[in-house]
Amino acid sequence: MGQFIGKAVKRREDARFLKGAGTYTDDIKLPQMAHTAFVRSPYAHAKVIDIRIKKAQEADGVIAVYTGNDGCGEYGVPCGWQVDFKNGDTMREPMHPLLVKNKVKHVGEAVAIVVANTLAQARDAAELVEVDYEEMEAVTCPKKAMDEGAPIVHDDWPDNASFDWCIGNDRTAVEEALANAHHVTEIKYRNQRVAPNAMEPRSYIADYNVNDDKWTLYTSTQNPHLIRLLLCAFVLGIPEHKVRVVSKDVGGGFGSKIYHYTEEALLTWISKEIGRPVKWTSDRSEAFLTDAQGRDHMVESKMGFDKDGNIVAHLTDEYCAMGAYLSTFAPAVPTYLHGTLFQGVYTTPLIHLNVVAPFTHTVAVDAYRGAGRPEATYLLERIISKAAKEMDMDPAALRLKNFIPPFDGVNEPGYQTQVALQYDSGNYHATLKRGLEMVGYEDFRKKQEDARKSGKLLGIGISTYIEGCGIAPSAVVGALGARAGLYEVGQVRVQPTGKVSVFTGSHSHGQGHETVFAQFVADKLGIPMDDVIIEHGDTDQVAFGMGTYGSRSLSVGGSAIIKSIEKILEKGAKIAAHKLEAAEKDLEYAEGKWTVKGTDKSISFGDVSLTAYVPHDYPEGLEPGLDFSSFYDPSNFTYPFGTHIAVVEVDAETGKVDLQRFIACDDVGNVMNPMIVDGQIHGGVAQGIGQALLEEVIFDNTGQMISGSYMDYALPRADDLPMIETDRTVTPCPHNPLGVKGAGEAGAIGSTPAVVNAVVDALAHLGVTDIQMPLTPQRVWRAMQQ
Amino acid sequence: MQISITVNGKAYSHDIEPRMSLVEYLREILNLTGTHIGCDTSGCGACTINIDGVAAKSCTLLAVQANGASITTIEGMAKGNELHPIQEAFKEHHGLQCGFCTPGMVMTAADILKNNPSPNEMEIRHGLEGNFCRCTGYHNIVKSIQHAAEKMNS
Repeated sequence: MGQFIGKAVKRREDARFLKGAGTYTDDIKLPQMAHTAFVRSPYAHAKVIDIRIKKAQEADGVIAVYTGNDGCGEYGVPCGWQVDFKNGDTMREPMHPLLVKNKVKHVGEAVAIVVANTLAQARDAAELVEVDYEEMEAVTCPKKAMDEGAPIVHDDWPDNASFDWCIGNDRTAVEEALANAHHVTEIKYRNQRVAPNAMEPRSYIADYNVNDDKWTLYTSTQNPHLIRLLLCAFVLGIPEHKVRVVSKDVGGGFGSKIYHYTEEALLTWISKEIGRPVKWTSDRSEAFLTDAQGRDHMVESKMGFDKDGNIVAHLTDEYCAMGAYLSTFAPAVPTYLHGTLFQGVYTTPLIHLNVVAPFTHTVAVDAYRGAGRPEATYLLERIISKAAKEMDMDPAALRLKNFIPPFDGVNEPGYQTQVALQYDSGNYHATLKRGLEMVGYEDFRKKQEDARKSGKLLGIGISTYIEGCGIAPSAVVGALGARAGLYEVGQVRVQPTGKVSVFTGSHSHGQGHETVFAQFVADKLGIPMDDVIIEHGDTDQVAFGMGTYGSRSLSVGGSAIIKSIEKILEKGAKIAAHKLEAAEKDLEYAEGKWTVKGTDKSISFGDVSLTAYVPHDYPEGLEPGLDFSSFYDPSNFTYPFGTHIAVVEVDAETGKVDLQRFIACDDVGNVMNPMIVDGQIHGGVAQGIGQALLEEVIFDNTGQMISGSYMDYALPRADDLPMIETDRTVTPCPHNPLGVKGAGEAGAIGSTPAVVNAVVDALAHLGVTDIQMPLTPQRVWRAMQQ
Repeated sequence: MQISITVNGKAYSHDIEPRMSLVEYLREILNLTGTHIGCDTSGCGACTINIDGVAAKSCTLLAVQANGASITTIEGMAKGNELHPIQEAFKEHHGLQCGFCTPGMVMTAADILKNNPSPNEMEIRHGLEGNFCRCTGYHNIVKSIQHAAEKMNS
């Protein structure tokens, strides 16, 4: 396909990261920069009776102390999606204030901020702020939040519901089909809350320049343009053209850095108040208390089968926590990014999902790697494996029986699901067959049987997932409640010397766009990779952008760049034809030059570029310059899929799970850089395994987060994980120019149920049918004893 | 308090607050921002440096405790544009993604290989216990260290 596409090109961004020369926001120091410390609520639910700031104001080095009673208290950050009640009522959307005035609604909510010359002075002075609270009862469980008489989060809505929504076929029809089914499998669990834990804590510097009347916000975000738009138009009401948002190197996001947070708006406001640059960097404790978290669904589900094992219906009720406020994407996560995947890879004819989304006295829940799709996959892949056991069928065979037949989306149409979406292309049989081959499925079953005789508990778990990513098109997401379009912008600027600067609205926070985007740009233009540079993360450089999340950078952002390259080549051909005194139709472009077909007459890309900028001998009527921008709005989501298989041994004495092997056979469409795709899969799989075995955000009954540090929250360590065995099948995406589907979230989506299925399989002969995640030794041991 | 300290071969002397952590000293006073802060409980290892030949978490040391010490940070690993074999191996085997944990990983890897020039996979994984990475699943970090060991031993 080219010199660079499909090759494991080493990353150009690594040189700076490996030498400690990256520029993360906290690394930036501006002259006269002030520092801040927040005063945060120690209670999950309390009235704020009084805040006394005098001592803090008088402390050494303090510039200012602000509370919700100051001007900033009038502002709040908005939500970006609207998901209404199924009866047509409007979603309940509370004001999310920059600083709280009257009532705190989760531990860690900010009531005051101290601004000082140094960080130590700010922190010292924050200790001097005295707040009187009147503590009230709190509710942190999404199901209990809907109970009669539960503590109320927002006084305007005593039932705590933000919305009550459903998708799929008519509920009565689904219930009838279940009543008539030959076999019904039921499952009930909590998809527990987890914390994204990007290794770089959030960090912001706001810098208002009074002479220019302009703001610069340095922020660790995944989408600088969206932050600018929200900040200017929806929060502070400041002019968008006078605000520059810079997000240079960002140390991981996994969703948690998509959202517009109160702190970045507050700092922007403060910078103008004090006329100085001002910085805040979260510490890890604050990150646990204030970064949006993931999952937190209470699930009850039933799947019905006919006598041959064909799925006939699937009915699910969920309670999905929103937290105290609606974070930017939050309402979309348990609905349009979740319910729309309930078809899975199966031909289920009748599907119904109901989602009640309550407010809880907790930090917000929002998209975390996979966002709604890991939760959908966990349900489908657990319930089908449970059903296989109950019906005494092989879990692989039951899946194969119910798979949607292969379709390429070109010769065969896309697959219309019962839950709104149309899949683009898929061959689910192929990844399962390859996965089974990689693990040696038949041999394993024999080994497992032998092991059981000697008391060893071996198990294997399968997960065959599908996901929807590259989120777009705008019209569809608009119909689904998005308050923004979800296209992407790509500008290709050819410099007079033929060197190429690409400006992308996608944002890299570890994905390696600077390398991968340069690979396909160089190939499409037939020029060396060294002649291409990728710029991102600065709203003054890049025209516009929707940012990176939902595995959308290559499929949407890459496609926008391709559109611009097409325009470059089209204009370039006109210039080449003029210079070569040939007709455009007689030219062909290859290896960086236009050649008159059948002759040796040619002109290089560099010469055409120079001509475009020095147009002394130039086509009549053609504008000078060679610089094009494109907005690409795809016609559909993309649908990567795959098979993940886990092999575990459970310690019969302690219940400790030893994850011995993990196999991932994924299909992400065409692959630009296999090294990077593998890396994305590894990382996603590790996060999915983390949820299965280790991670959980836990609140006590007063709403305190008791897993709020790395001493308490079990992030996977190197010795918790095995090497991850990867392979791929390739089913190109039929509707984008690169044929790519996206690889960022697949690992996190497919892996979790594979691990849990494996542990349940290891213990099945003991009568174990289910274990609540995370599968800690204690939980597994208890399950074995029951 | 007055401290004298050698960092990456260069001698420094500063009057600092006794409560200043070593990582803060490196980042804020010496402007060596390659050493990162990822947590506040010595859990993540992003701040790992080498002090008098031993890997340590610079968030848990006071700068005054490092008085008289010789420190190497990530900025001292490469010789100009020539990467240290461990850095080279991380690049070659995609041992980093967002890059935030990377300095700590490289410094810890150097310590692992100093104490055990030919570690097996489990020894590497145990050696990395004090360093979190959320991007790579550690797969390519382990591979990178294995390859670095081979190269450094050859």
